[in-house]
Amino acid sequence: MTASTTKPPPEAPAAPPPPPRGGEKFLGRPGEFLELKVTDTDRRIARYAAAAIALTVAEAALPSPLPGVKPGLANIVVLIVLWRHGWREAAWVSLLRVVAGSLLVGQFLAPGFFLGLTGALASLAALALAARLPRRWFGPVTASVLAAFAHIGGQLLLARLWLVPHDGVFYLVPVFGTSALVFGIVNGLIAARLLKEPT
Amino acid sequence: MKAWLGLLQPGDWGVLLLGAAAVAMSFSVLWAGGKAERAVIRLDGRVVAEYPLAAAQRYTVTGPLGDTVIEIAPGRARVLSDPGPRQYCVQQGWLTRPNAIAICAPNHVSLSLAGRDPSHDSLNY
Repeated sequence: MTASTTKPPPEAPAAPPPPPRGGEKFLGRPGEFLELKVTDTDRRIARYAAAAIALTVAEAALPSPLPGVKPGLANIVVLIVLWRHGWREAAWVSLLRVVAGSLLVGQFLAPGFFLGLTGALASLAALALAARLPRRWFGPVTASVLAAFAHIGGQLLLARLWLVPHDGVFYLVPVFGTSALVFGIVNGLIAARLLKEPT
Repeated sequence: MKAWLGLLQPGDWGVLLLGAAAVAMSFSVLWAGGKAERAVIRLDGRVVAEYPLAAAQRYTVTGPLGDTVIEIAPGRARVLSDPGPRQYCVQQGWLTRPNAIAICAPNHVSLSLAGRDPSHDSLNY
């Protein structure tokens, strides 16, 4: 009802077209709009990414003994998405988590953001391999541990190339390796446990 | 606990063992640099003796004040006695880390440990 009343009267054809409204894309021709389709996959990715971002923000409040030693709880969400919906959606969730999480904690485009992004890309590569392993033998714990090692490996490589151009960073490999192993196992077990829950 | 272990599949155990082995190896490979290998004894800044930290033995070096006795043992070394008035180098006790040094300044003697590669002896911030 209201739409028809706001339309310009026919005797004034030179009036400008109405501005585009939210959720619609103006195509340039007056009166024509393209509805931006939101699929179920989009909604699912958004939901999982929101959970992952919440975990990232919560984790940022935890004190860390050494930059880089973090539980990485958001990876539980990525693992669950990988298991249920495949690698492509897991990659979406993981990268959305990195970008939005860094915006929320004020680290966007800071060194920590690039370290996190490199780690996320490396662990996604590891997850692509882990997803091909037979599920009869390898569960989420394997994927989690491989991803954790890849994460720390990618970060150390970037740190060596860019932030600390000295082989001294590799002195910390045992510490990071231990934390990757421990948190990889813990996150993998939590993901495996949650995947057992009826959906 | 048992319920959690039940979530591990056979392949997971293999990955865990491999991961633990890799981490253990990274410790031994990357953190082994801190091993002292030789004792270097200097008088007036010149090296007068160099011994591997293998067998137990004693070495006496005579400086302007008298005899300084160095004791070497597997993996460590110390200044056993020194004629200096304040005995700082004796009280330092056993040296075990590479680049550690005990200096008996009055008698012009120093004992230092050398590792695989020369590095810093200390860091200050």
